[in-house]
Amino acid sequence: MTSTKAHVPAARPSAVHAPAIAVLIVAGGGVALALAALAAAGLQSGGAFIAAFDGVMGRAVRFTLWQAALSTVLSVVPALLVARALHAHPAFPGRGLLLRLFALPLALPALIAALGLLALLGRNGLLADGLTALTGARWPGIYGLEGILIAHVFFNLPLAARFFLVALEAVPANQWRNARQLGLPPLALFRLVEWPALRAAMPGVALMVFLLCATSFTLVLILGGGPQATTIEVAVYQALRFDFDPARAAALALLQLAAAITLGVLVARVPMPVTPFGATRHTRARPSMGETLMHATALGLAAVLVAAPVLAVLLRGATAPLRTLLADPAVINAALTSLAVALSAALLAVGAAVALLSARTPMIMMLAAAGGGGVLFAASPVVLGAGWFLALRPLVDPFEAAPFIVVFANALLALPFALRLLAPGWRASQLRHDRLAASLGLAGWRRLTIVEGRALARPLVAALMLAGLLSLGDLGVIALFGSDAVQTLPALLHARLGSYRTDDAAGLAFLLTLGCLVLLWLADRFSDGALR
Amino acid sequence: MSVTPAIAVESVRFAHAGGAGMAFDLAIPAASRIAVIGPSGSGKSTLLHLIAGFERPSSGRIFFSGREMTQAEPADRPVTTLFQDNNLFEHLTIAQNAGLGLAPRLRLTADEKRRIDAMLAAVGLSGMGGRLPGALSGGERQRAALARALLSGKPVLLLDEPFAALGPALRDEMLTLVTDAQQARGLTVLMVTHSPADARAFATHVLFVDHGRGSGLLPVTALDAPEAGSALAAYLGR
Repeated sequence: MTSTKAHVPAARPSAVHAPAIAVLIVAGGGVALALAALAAAGLQSGGAFIAAFDGVMGRAVRFTLWQAALSTVLSVVPALLVARALHAHPAFPGRGLLLRLFALPLALPALIAALGLLALLGRNGLLADGLTALTGARWPGIYGLEGILIAHVFFNLPLAARFFLVALEAVPANQWRNARQLGLPPLALFRLVEWPALRAAMPGVALMVFLLCATSFTLVLILGGGPQATTIEVAVYQALRFDFDPARAAALALLQLAAAITLGVLVARVPMPVTPFGATRHTRARPSMGETLMHATALGLAAVLVAAPVLAVLLRGATAPLRTLLADPAVINAALTSLAVALSAALLAVGAAVALLSARTPMIMMLAAAGGGGVLFAASPVVLGAGWFLALRPLVDPFEAAPFIVVFANALLALPFALRLLAPGWRASQLRHDRLAASLGLAGWRRLTIVEGRALARPLVAALMLAGLLSLGDLGVIALFGSDAVQTLPALLHARLGSYRTDDAAGLAFLLTLGCLVLLWLADRFSDGALR
Repeated sequence: MSVTPAIAVESVRFAHAGGAGMAFDLAIPAASRIAVIGPSGSGKSTLLHLIAGFERPSSGRIFFSGREMTQAEPADRPVTTLFQDNNLFEHLTIAQNAGLGLAPRLRLTADEKRRIDAMLAAVGLSGMGGRLPGALSGGERQRAALARALLSGKPVLLLDEPFAALGPALRDEMLTLVTDAQQARGLTVLMVTHSPADARAFATHVLFVDHGRGSGLLPVTALDAPEAGSALAAYLGR
């Protein structure tokens, strides 16, 4: 083989910087504006800002940390068993379906999970009568800490299990062969091969779950019960929407940001399991009957945990007055607003991702990755939203600016997901087509439409669907900016839930879930398995 | 007269998922040293994995000293393998790693501990039993793995290029070590190698695997005078 390396031009062909720089400026500017507004609000109010660090805030901080710690333990420990079970049985009927089910919480809006739990275990949930009979007292529903914990386990157990499964698959095949050849009994196999791999993955996975649980908003908003079960995020929302106390909102948001950045830095420093290249399977000894039974139990329980809330939303919604709802102008309005917001946010997010990927200057990619990670972990929608709310108030009516803010925020939050979905294929396409495109003089927009636009049409559609799905179900920024004039489906659902129109809420949840499942199905189809 | 071979691979067929079919037919005499040679991806490692039981044939049978063990678990076969890497558990000491060859639960008697120390000394690791694999050189790690293989007392030793990453001098030392052990214990050894020189120095017979086919042992001299126009000649570059 002759060396072609010498012929690669030093300057990479058809790199387009301007759009990428624009994306970075707009996105970074948006985040900076929010933070500056929070800081300014704090400084302006002076004494009130200091006074906001009181017992009420202390209680919110304690509850945030306590529920996050409990959620982490309850998610991570069972996830170990689920991951082991999945790894020990690399091929059984329904395994693919099970993996797909476990991927569901990763893309499902938190609102739907919360409503699913209410439909199942709420005061009037599907299981309420049974639980009343079982406990002998009227079932009070799962509001408060219990509800929050179950919801967090629903989301984070499958997530942790996926990472642990990757950690097990990263164990070199020869280690499994050794273990098989030595005839290691199950306990020794766990101690010598499985546990070291899982233990290495543990700090990263646990920290990530803790961070996600400490910053979760929607679940706590819907399932939290009063001041005893309020996290910092929800307290920000309450300070702005109900008390209108900008100093307090700024204090809480900045505290949340500082905590999340600290945790985010820790997460970034701890290694996460990555899928090894060319991992082989089928090298582990076949488990015994007893072990198989244990594994089946773990997988069965996890499957019920994940499937039950989604099924409950659909079952409960099927008995809701859907026809009346679909004729309700408020519902039609909200649905149209949701579609418009989701579509705009999706196009914006994917467009921004394409701009960043086309630039492929290491500097820009690094900034984008760091910024994306930062937005994902540290700057939650509520913190950003609170900042924008405070920034816009002197200039315009924040509620009138709502559509733009919501689209911008959802696009910003979807951008890291779009990048992650598109980046591998984009890199491969650039490697493969760069020289040909350069020799044909294809660059910029023409190259985008002729080369990547066609070669990567499927992942692009998948990214659009995923970004749309994320903003369709979002109840973060809209909770702050929503009003009767601008209401998305999640916001309307939240309002109906707040006025105890539970049948309406169930029906809306049914519609929203259907929409999300369709988008998820399409995203899964078009991503060719990259989502799983 | 017919002598029962140590390993008999009888009309074994196998294919990796999405890969081309392989076919092996072999009789390996006891106490022989076989060099398994052939192009990359020709199926040398797969043959070893079939013998060790990490892969199951789609058809055909595998015998050890006349006993059929086609479906037996790897641990139940009279076989132990040295891989190119990852032979040791990183969080166990060298002595514990070697001890796994005696007792997979690592509940060792005083006598077993003495045997481990003696074996470590025999492979040139005396006094290093308390160290972790991470503190050892590549050659020392493979010595520890060899100690474990020899302690297991299995009569068939498979070497899946365990010395490929070592320098020439170190490789010669390891080959001498294996040859001595093989002669002292009457082991049957199959060694995958890419080096005709190693094959010449070590082996009593050569097995040439090409395009997933392997049958019939050749004398080591075939390396020096391969049949003109044969695949072996092409592989050797003659």
